[in-house]
Amino acid sequence: MTARAMPTALPTAMPTALPIGNGVPRSPGWWALIWTIATEACLFAYLLFSYYYLASQARGPWPSTGPLSLTLAIPQTCLLVASSVVYWWGEKGIERGDQGRLRLGLLVTFIMGVVFLILEGLDWNNQPFTAKTDAFGSLYYTITGFHGAHVIVGLLLNLIVQIWAWRGTFTRERHLAVTNAGMYWHFVDVVWLFVFTTFYLTPRWG
Amino acid sequence: MAVTAPVTVPAAEAPIEELHRLWETPHTLYGALATVDHKKIGKRYLVTAFVFLLVGGLEAAVMRVQLAAPGMRVLGPEAYNQYFSMHGLTMIIWYASPILSGFSNYLWPLMIGARDMAYPRVNALSYWTFLLSGIFLYTSPFLGQAPNDGWFGYAPYSLQLYDPGLNMDFYALGLIFITISTTVGAINFIGTIMKMRCPGMSLNRLPLFLYGTMTASFSIVFALPALTAACVFLYFERRFGMHFYDVAHQGNPLLWQHLFWIFGHPWVYIIVLPAMGMISEIIPTFSRRPIVGYPMVALSTVATGIIGFGVWVHHMFATGIPPIAASYFSGASFLITLPSAVAVVAWIATVWTGRPVLKTPMMFALGFIVLFVVGGVSGVVTAAVPFDWQVTDTYFVVAHLHYVLVGINVFAVMAGFYYWLPKMTGRLLDERLGQANFWTMFIGMNLAFFPMHIAGLLGMPRRIYTYPAGVGLGAVNLLETIGAYIFALGVLLFVINFFWSLRAGEPAGSNPWDAGTLEWASTSPPPPFNFAVLPTVRSRNPLWEGHPGATAEGEVGPERSSVFRGPVLDRGRETLATSPLEGHTMAQQLMPEDSLWPLLLALGLTAAFYGFVFSVWWLACAGIVWVAISLGAWLWPTGDEADERPVHLPAPGVA
Repeated sequence: MTARAMPTALPTAMPTALPIGNGVPRSPGWWALIWTIATEACLFAYLLFSYYYLASQARGPWPSTGPLSLTLAIPQTCLLVASSVVYWWGEKGIERGDQGRLRLGLLVTFIMGVVFLILEGLDWNNQPFTAKTDAFGSLYYTITGFHGAHVIVGLLLNLIVQIWAWRGTFTRERHLAVTNAGMYWHFVDVVWLFVFTTFYLTPRWG
Repeated sequence: MAVTAPVTVPAAEAPIEELHRLWETPHTLYGALATVDHKKIGKRYLVTAFVFLLVGGLEAAVMRVQLAAPGMRVLGPEAYNQYFSMHGLTMIIWYASPILSGFSNYLWPLMIGARDMAYPRVNALSYWTFLLSGIFLYTSPFLGQAPNDGWFGYAPYSLQLYDPGLNMDFYALGLIFITISTTVGAINFIGTIMKMRCPGMSLNRLPLFLYGTMTASFSIVFALPALTAACVFLYFERRFGMHFYDVAHQGNPLLWQHLFWIFGHPWVYIIVLPAMGMISEIIPTFSRRPIVGYPMVALSTVATGIIGFGVWVHHMFATGIPPIAASYFSGASFLITLPSAVAVVAWIATVWTGRPVLKTPMMFALGFIVLFVVGGVSGVVTAAVPFDWQVTDTYFVVAHLHYVLVGINVFAVMAGFYYWLPKMTGRLLDERLGQANFWTMFIGMNLAFFPMHIAGLLGMPRRIYTYPAGVGLGAVNLLETIGAYIFALGVLLFVINFFWSLRAGEPAGSNPWDAGTLEWASTSPPPPFNFAVLPTVRSRNPLWEGHPGATAEGEVGPERSSVFRGPVLDRGRETLATSPLEGHTMAQQLMPEDSLWPLLLALGLTAAFYGFVFSVWWLACAGIVWVAISLGAWLWPTGDEADERPVHLPAPGVA
C-alpha cells in the first residue's frame, strides 16, 4: 500500500482546540502502566513455566510432602478477590464525586491486602518443607515470595493514592492515579489466581 | 483554561528565545545530572556503549594473541574463561543493544517531529541504570572474580559447587540489573511510538528505523523476564542453597537453557532489527529514491520479531531433546530466514533501481548487506539438526555469530555514525579517511572471522584457551589474529576521524545528504526543543516532496507536508500527543522538567545490587527502601499539575 492509496481526507489537520495535559484517556502514562503490567505478567508466566517444566521432569512424588493444605490459602484467595471488588467500589465512588466512598474503599482494600500478607506469612510457617528441601520448595517460596513483593508494591501505591485521597486531591473528573493504582492491584490479584491454582490445586489433580 | 487553540505560525516567527529558556538544561553540575533531554541522553548512550565496544575489543585482542599460535601462554585457562565470558557479555549485552538505544534516543523525536520521548525521566533512569550496571559488572575483574562460564552461563557449571567465588553472582545480578534499564527503555520507546508522532504520521508513514526499534522493544517487554527469572533462580540457588538446576533435588539444568534461550534468541533480533532499520534509512538516501517495498520491509521486521520467539530450541539441538521438538524448531528456524530475505531483496532493489552515491555511510551499508548474507547462510545451515550436531560448540558457530553481530550490528552502527554524527555534532567526518576506515574494517572482519568457519569444520572447539601444534589449526588461527588487528585498526581510524571532525570537519548544514526524513529539517546540532514549530506530515519523506523521484514512486499524495509552519506551544515544555494508528492530534502534552530522581533511584538500585553480591543485607535493604522513596518522590504531584485540569476530548465535529 502506498501513501497514494490512503484516503486523503484523513482528519489530520490541526484541530482548532486541544486539551492540555496528561489526564486524557489513553494518555502516555496509561500506556506506560499497561506495558509495565505486560512485562510483569510475562515474568510470572516464565516463573510458572519453570514450575510446570520441573514438575513434568520430576521423578517421584511432587511435591514430596503431599499436596499443600488449603486451610489458609482459600481464605487468602477470597480475601484478595474481594479486595479488588472493594477497590472498584471506591473508584466508582470518586467517579460520582463521592470522596468518602473513595477513602473508605482504599482503606478497606489496604487492610485486606495486609491481612492477606499476614495469612501468607502463617502459611509459609506451616509448610512441612523449606526452600532448601527440593525444587518444589524452592519454587514455592520464590514464586509466592515474588507475588508477595508485588502485593507490597500494590499496597505502597495504595498508600500514596490514599494520602492524596485524604487530602482531597481527586475530583470526579481527575482521578487517573486511582485508576492506575487500581489496575496494578487487579493485576496482582489475577496473578495470585494463577499462583494459587498452580501450587495448591494442580498437584491434587494428579 | 484547559482547551486552547494552538497557534500556527511560520518557523521564522517562532519565539526562539522563549523556547530556549523553556527547554535548555542549565550548564551546571545539577543540569548534567538531572537532564532529561533525549539528545543528551542519546549521546551519553552512544559514548558509553562505544566505550564498552572498545573494552570488549581489547579483551578480544588479548584472546587473539593467546590463540595466534599453538601452545601460547599469555593467558592461563582460568583467565581465558573470564576473558571470553566478559567479552561476550560486554559486546552482546552492554554494547550491542545500548548503542542502538543511543541512536534511537537521539533520533526518534527528531524523526517523528516531537520535542522529546514520551517519558523523559524514564529515559534518564534507563541510561543511569545502564551505566551503573556496567560499572557493577566491571567491579568483578578488579576482584579477580569476573564471570567465567561464558555469556550464556550454563548450569550446572555455574552452580556454587563447581564454581565457587563471586564470578557467577556478578553475572546473575549484573544481568538482572541491566534488564531493568533495557525494560524501562523499551517501554519508553513503545510509549513514544504510540503517542508522540507528529500529526499525520500514520503507521504507514513511519520511518523504517522506528519499525526496527519498536519491534525490538516489544520483544524486550516479552522476552527479558525469562532472563530475569533464570538469573534470580541462579542467584538463589548459589547463595541460599535452593534447588532449580540441581538434578539431585528434582531440579534440571535444562531449565536454565530453556529460560536463557527464550530470552536469548529474541535478543539476537533485538540487537539486529534496529540496525536493519538504520540501513533502511541510509540506503534510500544514497540511492536517491524511496525504499522499494516499504510495507513488505515493515511487515517483515515485525514478522521476524514474532517468529523470533519460536526458535529458541535450535540452540539446544545437541541436548538430547525429542526429535519431534527438534523438527518443529528446525522448521521455524528455516522459516525465519524468509522475512530477512525480503529485507535484503528490498535493499538490493533500492540500490539497483536508484542512482547510488558511494559515500562512506553507503559503503558501510553495502558491506552490511554482504556480511548479512554470509552470516545468514552460515546460520540457516545450522537450522538443519544433523549439521548442527556436527558443528555445535565449534568455531563454526563462533564464525556465524560474529558475522551476524559484527556484520549486522557493528557495520550498521558505523554506517549510522557516518550518516548521523554530522547531525549530532554539526560537522562532517572526513570522506577519504572514512573510505579507508570502511575498507580496513571490511577486510579485517572477513580475514578475522571467515577462517573460523574452516577451523570449526576442522573440529576446533570454542572456548579452549589453546590448541596443540601439528593438528593443522596454526595457520587459520594466525590469519584470524591478523584479521582481528586489522579490524581494530579500522575502529581506531574511526575514533581518529571523529575527533578530527570535531576540530576541523566541514560544517554539515541541516541536511548534508539531501535526505527525506524529518530529522534533517532541524539544524545540526538541533536546538534543545528540536523544532521551532511542530511539523505535520503527509508522506514518508516530507523533505523529498516535489522531488521528481518521490512523486514518480507514488510516495506523495495530493496534500503537502507542513514542516516549517505549525504550532509553537511555548507556554511550558509541551509537545503534541497523537493517536497510535492514524496520527490524529489528540492533546497538548506537558513534558516533565529536569529531575534528579532518576539518578537517585538508580543509585539506590546500585547499592542494593552491591548488597546482594557481597551479602551485606542492610545495604540491600537500604537500597530497596531508597528505591521506594525515590519512586514516591518521583510520582509526587508538583504544582504544575494544577494547570493540568481534566478534560475529555471534544467530540468529532465539535473541535
